Amino acid sequence: MTTPSATGTPLLQVRGLTKYFPVRSGLLQRVTGAVKAVDDVSFDVARGETLALVGESGCGKTTTGRALLRLIEPTRGAVHFDGTDVIALKGESLRRMRRHMQIVFQDPYGSLNPRMTVGEAVREGLLVHQLAEGSEADRRVSRLLDEVGLRPEYASRFPHEFSGGQRQRIGIARALAVEPSFIVCDEPVSALDVSVQAQVVNLLRDLQRDRGLSYLFIAHDLAVVSHMADRVAVMYLGRIVESAPRATLFAGARMPYTKALLSAVPVPVPGAARQRVLLPGDPPSPVNPPSGCVFHPRCPHPLKDAVCTRVVPPLEEKAPGHFVACLKEPPTSVPTP
Amino acid sequence: MTSPLPQQTLLDVHALQVTFPGRAGMVRAVDGVSFTVAAGETVCLVGESGCGKSLTAMSLLRLVPAPGRIERGGHIRFDGQDLLSLDEPSLRSIRGREMAMIFQEPSTALNPVLTIGDQIAEVVRVHTRCSRAEAWQRTEAALAQVGIADAPRRARQYPHELSGGMRQRVMIAMALVLSPRLVIADEPTTALDVTIQAQILELLRDLRERTGMALLLITHDLGVVAEMAARVIVMYAGRVVEEAPVEALFASPRMPYTEGLLKAMPRLDPAERLERLSTIAGTVPSPDALPSGCTFRDRCPHAWERCAQEEPALHQVSAAHRARCHLVQEPERRVPTTATGAHA
Repeated sequence: MTTPSATGTPLLQVRGLTKYFPVRSGLLQRVTGAVKAVDDVSFDVARGETLALVGESGCGKTTTGRALLRLIEPTRGAVHFDGTDVIALKGESLRRMRRHMQIVFQDPYGSLNPRMTVGEAVREGLLVHQLAEGSEADRRVSRLLDEVGLRPEYASRFPHEFSGGQRQRIGIARALAVEPSFIVCDEPVSALDVSVQAQVVNLLRDLQRDRGLSYLFIAHDLAVVSHMADRVAVMYLGRIVESAPRATLFAGARMPYTKALLSAVPVPVPGAARQRVLLPGDPPSPVNPPSGCVFHPRCPHPLKDAVCTRVVPPLEEKAPGHFVACLKEPPTSVPTP
Repeated sequence: MTSPLPQQTLLDVHALQVTFPGRAGMVRAVDGVSFTVAAGETVCLVGESGCGKSLTAMSLLRLVPAPGRIERGGHIRFDGQDLLSLDEPSLRSIRGREMAMIFQEPSTALNPVLTIGDQIAEVVRVHTRCSRAEAWQRTEAALAQVGIADAPRRARQYPHELSGGMRQRVMIAMALVLSPRLVIADEPTTALDVTIQAQILELLRDLRERTGMALLLITHDLGVVAEMAARVIVMYAGRVVEEAPVEALFASPRMPYTEGLLKAMPRLDPAERLERLSTIAGTVPSPDALPSGCTFRDRCPHAWERCAQEEPALHQVSAAHRARCHLVQEPERRVPTTATGAHA
């Protein structure tokens, strides 16, 4: 897959990433099937870029983020980060790599140790990676807290003393402490109220600009994504079904699932005319995904036929930078401006 | 949208106050909330976490969790009857039958060891003197009404056998089986995916039109408000801070908090990626440490001395529009361009 950025090789390259979780049943707990959580997912993230991974619950977006960091071991696939084969790393070398690839979780409270002060939590990474110690580490912690909009004296307090938005800032400070170049942001604003959500989105954008960070921004809220992302990849049942630069995806989605997803977002304009594509039913189970195109049982595409139930549509570049996994969408020659 | 004029008031909440014991005395989690819902009307109660919107909803059914307490002095009239002075049996005959509630988490609100059909039929049998067979018939009809295909089979399934969207439909069926005149829905789609949310909102709209029920929808999502409400009540720190018909609220909010919320809400805009989202500075104050005067003044870009000294009343802006802000009386105090992006 090509990236539109002109910065040479992408920072992160993911190819054919797959994660199956075994399903055990019966008396002997034999493996009788697999949850195909992530199935043959490929994408790039360029330096300084934000790629948003969107989709509904259970689509595999969170598993993708964790598998590429090897917080869970992928079943197969290749992940290259800045030229290094991440899958091949072991022990100490994997730990060193983690300095460059960090994660911010959705629930900052669940991911912060309640018995550790904020200062200790932020400082831990500095010590583990031997970046600073003693008073130099203290200075860095103060600077980090200031950078994420918290008062440096908060370092001596405990997580429960903070609001949701402040805890998310602590989570961000902790991730930044080891000076990563890439951060997986896993639903970082989903648990926050609207007014606080906007503050955290702005903070992430500021940090990206100031530090040249790359983000994999995992989210289900498309309105937030439309302000964060440079490119967007849409997942459904473990697969990427469409990916495109932000404006292209939001204005000219081609995959029927993406269209339905976009049309389902409530419009904050009273009396606005809605042209909603209501999908029938729920997403099927990833234990037994449909044959062929995983979306075919719910697909409203007018040309849908028996082929869709047999053939897995490849993620093809139908227009420059615009990848669509749909057998019924013809490639278009977009007039070059 | 319909004019608010000739409809009959179904629910009349006046000076509702809910208190909890706090570290330093009683904390007023809901403080003097008053509003009405007319028969057949859809009203949205909107606000951020901790603003008291869910507690207000619970109060209407007198389900405030202990040690919380509804204080004397206010009233909740449903069809002219004061719910706060009813004894438990009379209250129970209204709950479920005349007014019903849909909760946010259908997975915790449903009993996991009973089939969904048994749970709905139980509601019918408790409130009406009908036979088992008749109750079951009404159950299946209610499930079919909320768009559950193959209702007779589904009625025999347990909650865990259903998807989240399906469970929420079951909750709605249970609320509607006795054709209540008022349905209170507390964040009914917050736990659901956006495509399933679209289905459920469509269903609620459709049911309201068909049955003529009134709907009090509690939500934090202004997109949902715009799609569903005829009238909107905005809450902040336990108080109603603005009340208006939905068009007026979105077009010309008069309370700076409402204005801030509307601006802070990210919009799906293919054409424009904003460099910065508009924010509201700071965070919601804790109910046991509210600022003096206006509870929003710490975060308000327009606040001046009067805001610290005197709590603003809910001023009448127009016939159906009220806002709790001194700016209604002193519009010249408004700071022209709002600064954004403050620290927490």
